[in-house]
Amino acid sequence: MSPSTADGRRRMTGAVMAAPALVLFVLFGVVPLAGVLVLSLADWDGLGPLGWAGLVNWRDVLADGATWDALWLTVKVMALSWLIQTPIALALGLFQAPRGRGRAFFAVLWVLPLLLSAVAIGLTWQALLDPSFGIGSAPGLGRLARPLLGSPELALYVVIFVIAWQFVPFHALLYQAGIRQIPATLYEAAALDGAGRKDRFLRITLPQLRYTIVTSSTLMLVGSLTYFDLIFVLSGGTGGPGTATRVLPLAMYITGFQSHDMGAASVIATVLVVTGLVLSLITTRLSGFTRMDSRQEGL
Amino acid sequence: MWALSDQTILKDSVEAYNKDHPDKKITLQLFANDDYKQKLRVAFGAGQAPDIFFNWGGGALNDYVKAGKVAEITSADVDHGRFTPSVLKTATFDGKVYGVPCNGLAPVVLYYNKKVLGQAGLQPPKTWDDLLAAVKTLKAEGVTPLSLAANSKWPTLMYTEYLLDRIGGAQVFARIAAGDASGWNDPAVTKATKALQDLVDAGAFGDSASSMNYDQGASTALVYTGKAAMTLMGTWEYANFVKAAPDFVSGGDLGYTVFPTIPGGVGDPGAIVGNPSNFLSVNAAAGDKAVAMTYLKEYVLNAAQVDAYLKAGSVPPVNGLEAELAALTTADRPWLEFVYGLVKKAPTFQLSWDQDLPSEQADPLLTNIDKSFLKQITPEEFGQNMSKAA
Repeated sequence: MSPSTADGRRRMTGAVMAAPALVLFVLFGVVPLAGVLVLSLADWDGLGPLGWAGLVNWRDVLADGATWDALWLTVKVMALSWLIQTPIALALGLFQAPRGRGRAFFAVLWVLPLLLSAVAIGLTWQALLDPSFGIGSAPGLGRLARPLLGSPELALYVVIFVIAWQFVPFHALLYQAGIRQIPATLYEAAALDGAGRKDRFLRITLPQLRYTIVTSSTLMLVGSLTYFDLIFVLSGGTGGPGTATRVLPLAMYITGFQSHDMGAASVIATVLVVTGLVLSLITTRLSGFTRMDSRQEGL
Repeated sequence: MWALSDQTILKDSVEAYNKDHPDKKITLQLFANDDYKQKLRVAFGAGQAPDIFFNWGGGALNDYVKAGKVAEITSADVDHGRFTPSVLKTATFDGKVYGVPCNGLAPVVLYYNKKVLGQAGLQPPKTWDDLLAAVKTLKAEGVTPLSLAANSKWPTLMYTEYLLDRIGGAQVFARIAAGDASGWNDPAVTKATKALQDLVDAGAFGDSASSMNYDQGASTALVYTGKAAMTLMGTWEYANFVKAAPDFVSGGDLGYTVFPTIPGGVGDPGAIVGNPSNFLSVNAAAGDKAVAMTYLKEYVLNAAQVDAYLKAGSVPPVNGLEAELAALTTADRPWLEFVYGLVKKAPTFQLSWDQDLPSEQADPLLTNIDKSFLKQITPEEFGQNMSKAA
């Protein structure tokens, strides 16, 4: 058998293996995306016939200050979510990683939010933060008896806090798994060389966790870009007070399904898709994730 | 037929129809409130819509009418004269009727806690000045004067609706609803928005209004727990009080009255706002229109159904119910007579603006109402923003 036919066969099997996933991706990923792109150029209220609008929707949406406000809020949610969640998740991961009954108990305890649906979490926090009947009425917590979700200045930060409460456990699990993968020999060698705790963390744990950090960050950034359900519930479906929590996905939903302007909603959807793609490209490129080089070469 | 899942009386009447017409049955599908409107829209867009559909009348129904999706209901199909005229108007476009009222009247009224007002030595406010004075007294007593779920936005809108009606009369909004966006810049709109901001400045809504979501029930609870004195809400709130605090209602502590009059206002003090009723409309492409019309004519709000609604604590928009109401033996009788009398005397019954306007204006309206409540925009800016959104 000549090498070229073996190569060809390998390529064939590769294509056959990838086919099912590829078909599903095209059917449920690419085709709807193309549909949204077409809709963004159309004038459609979901009821009547589809009209051609050209770039009018794009012009209107991009000229609307509300779109940029929503984009800014989305960027804020993304950046703050990453800044808050990463260190906490890393710290919890470090705590959980060594085996031990006490640690396992806590690990189970704080993974609980992960098991709840976003809607349940939203309704629960809404009730908890109610200024008249919420936790503010408990003894000693009187300082919380204030309009947190109702304040245009604070509402977004409350939302970011609740998002963190929901997702930190997941990222802590990622970090826990990542830390457990680090070979003990590295630490032993470092200890022999006289490295302290701080050095071991900075020179072994963090570099070894590089891909975990990339994965967790990509999930956080792209995830908070499209984050919808919790904010929808917490703001009573309106992105309020005023428009204080109206992030892009919520603006898209309200434009499309309450104002029935499918064209404008599709423009926002396209902006979201493109931003998401660019973000994940940047995170993977910057981190060298795409090169798939090993962190444990020579071990 | 499609309807909301809380419409149990409607369901009974479909079952009664099916029993009488075993050969031409109506299939009823019930949906939760939240996504019903979207589902209906998608179904009509895809040509899979039901023959009869439950709706709110107003601008949303008019969207479907303008798209040619709804069949006219002539007086030969259903006797229009049976229904309260101000209610039927909500489903009438260009002089043609496109929906039949199918459940209880839901005007917005002012509820109050008699004990709280009594302790402060107050009477229920009859005029705007009464209300402002009551706000001051109640605040000094440490009670929130008006409980408001401003987080949901639409409860705040109720104030603006009443204020504009009282200050400028029903024709100001009628002009806007007819498509004249410059009506938003009418001085009466600015005055009404300003009056609401005055109420906010006076501390009428306490600190927690903007955090309260209506569905959480806190705005209702504040009133029956005595932490707030009054609340402005639709008639469904009565049922909420009965359900959450039966002793509060049966003990006679719940009071209700009309929205106060405003000195110098040109509106009729008897005019009301709210949700006149829900409607049943017929799909223009219905397979068997005769079946739909028979159901609407003979089963919707017939004697048995009217009776069922009265027993359940709501009054349907049917003329000449005085005798039935007087014969009622339930504890709700005074309440039902109050609501029925209110609607009968009302020269106009303005549908909630967010339902009356074309649906693409509902969100800008609610957002700008909220921003003006939060004092992020001035009364003038409210008018400007709205005329731009239209």
